[in-house]
Amino acid sequence: MLTILFDGIAYGMLLFVLACGLAVTLGLMNFVNLAHGAFAMAGGYCLVVLVNRYGVPFFAALPLAFLFSAVLGFVLERTLYVHVYRKPHLDQVLFTIGLVFMSVAGVDYVMGSGQVFARLPSWLEGQFQVFGVGLGRYRLLIIVICGLLTIALQLILSNTRFGSRLRASVDDARVARGLGINVSGVFALTFAFGSGLAGLGGALGVEILGLDPTFPLKYMIYFLIVVTVGGTSSITGPFLASLLLGIGDVAGKYYVPTLGAFVIYTIMIVVLIWRPQGLFARGAAR
Amino acid sequence: MSRTSRIGAIQDRLAARSRWHVLEIAFWLAALSTYYLLPGKHLILTEIAILALFALSLDLILGYAGIISLGHAAFFGFGAYVAGLLAVHGIITEPLLALLASGLAAMLLGFVTSFLVLRGSDLTRIMVTLGVALVLRELANRNGWLTGGADGLQGVEIKPLLGLFRFDMFGRTAYAYSLGVLFVLFLLARRIVNSPFGLSLQSIKGNPLRAAAVGIPVNRRLVAIYTIAAGYAGIAGALLTQTTAFASLDVFAFDRSADLLLVLIIGGTGYLYGGLIGALVFKLMQDYISALTPQYWPFWIGLLLVVIVLVGRERITSWTTPIRALASRLDWRADRRRAQLAPGSHP
Repeated sequence: MLTILFDGIAYGMLLFVLACGLAVTLGLMNFVNLAHGAFAMAGGYCLVVLVNRYGVPFFAALPLAFLFSAVLGFVLERTLYVHVYRKPHLDQVLFTIGLVFMSVAGVDYVMGSGQVFARLPSWLEGQFQVFGVGLGRYRLLIIVICGLLTIALQLILSNTRFGSRLRASVDDARVARGLGINVSGVFALTFAFGSGLAGLGGALGVEILGLDPTFPLKYMIYFLIVVTVGGTSSITGPFLASLLLGIGDVAGKYYVPTLGAFVIYTIMIVVLIWRPQGLFARGAAR
Repeated sequence: MSRTSRIGAIQDRLAARSRWHVLEIAFWLAALSTYYLLPGKHLILTEIAILALFALSLDLILGYAGIISLGHAAFFGFGAYVAGLLAVHGIITEPLLALLASGLAAMLLGFVTSFLVLRGSDLTRIMVTLGVALVLRELANRNGWLTGGADGLQGVEIKPLLGLFRFDMFGRTAYAYSLGVLFVLFLLARRIVNSPFGLSLQSIKGNPLRAAAVGIPVNRRLVAIYTIAAGYAGIAGALLTQTTAFASLDVFAFDRSADLLLVLIIGGTGYLYGGLIGALVFKLMQDYISALTPQYWPFWIGLLLVVIVLVGRERITSWTTPIRALASRLDWRADRRRAQLAPGSHP
């Protein structure tokens, strides 16, 4: 029972790191980025290649995966995404689906279609017992890393100049622009950072979520659930939503395996009907 | 200009929209001729007809009511499974009746889920439609006793059409059947979008708030068109099952919904022929590319989507503008009407 809770929390934390970039993108530019998972996949494959092929230590490869996805996100944002912000949602959806298809087929071509694994340091494998509860070491590591990241993100958002600019831009981009905030600059940085976080999440998740070229399609719906249930106006919303989703999914798969992923889809639809702005949102900003 | 003559001009314009253009007649004659002229291509032609019907269904809600759906495969798949199950269990063995029943079942599903798409923004709609398709896929996957699960629905045996025409292995009957269904449903769709009901839908797409202000019951209209479109998609799915004698989880796949959007973007939305032309172009392209690189053809589809959006959808579909211009020029009745109107009046 506690093990399930523990696994669920680890899973949820991971989802949060994967999806929080998407929440900011959506809240800031009202932009539907279905290709967010592609950046996570990029980070994952970056880690796998570094660790397995070049023997880079696991912990050195994690920041590199972050960097790789962040740079990728920055370049794509400046070259392609900027042209799409002002277009209608239909165009944004088509554009990002196109990117997803390209990334899926491209990775398939370069890396092969099979599932890949990264070699973990041996001391991260296995479990240890705390008061009779089996805790996976790797999952504990994920909780620690993601927990620290969450706290750091919250501090950045609430205490730094960049954070306040970002919040101002999310609340009202027009007024923020009028006050002299370089909204598109803020956005480019945030997009890159969000993509980097997705990459880091993807890298951390290789062991738990599995990694194959269909990753962006498979997890797209999870990211979207986190964002829609959590709302896009803060990071606490998506955080709680991720935890809920993680625990719900793990528990659902454990207790009622016949229903499978059915539970969370239903929950998502119900939440969307009940509160279209998200469970934890402050109400409609737009 | 007097009031009555202005009303008369508007009536003329509205009536002109629903007249048959010469090019439309030519289009359908060309479609009919493929049955006789391309006997070796009936299998892919059947696929094109089914995809065209499916795209027509999406055009009804996207092009005319402005609802973005990323889960239209839900109804397609539902219709496919209903048709398959009806045949497997021998409940309705006559294909045409089974087709109707599948369409009605999909309409029912569309009616129930339509209330989900009424609320919220584009994003919420995308999510809800996607979610509905996923839920259905998961249901079909988990209830293997009914649907065959991941193996697909086996043992579908389709009885002769109307008790007369057997489905042969060259797909002659299948193609004639699909094309016939497509044509009939197209006529119906054409009637629908040119009716006052269709016009009110377009005003909702233009501006829901104003549409409501002039007395159009926005929600009821959206529910109605969503239900109709679901029925169309269900019939398309049922056609697929009947012509291939097989239904698998693939019918609910996300790719199917995404490809469908591409089909409609290639052909253009909001004039019904977009889905048909798009389906033709898309299938030929798919056939060509997947012959070159069977595994990686999604890459090219993705590239196409990205390029289309970056270049601009309007510019992509503008290749149909000369054809449409030609169509209106060919329409001698329109010319005559224009000549009758006094100069300076609204054309």
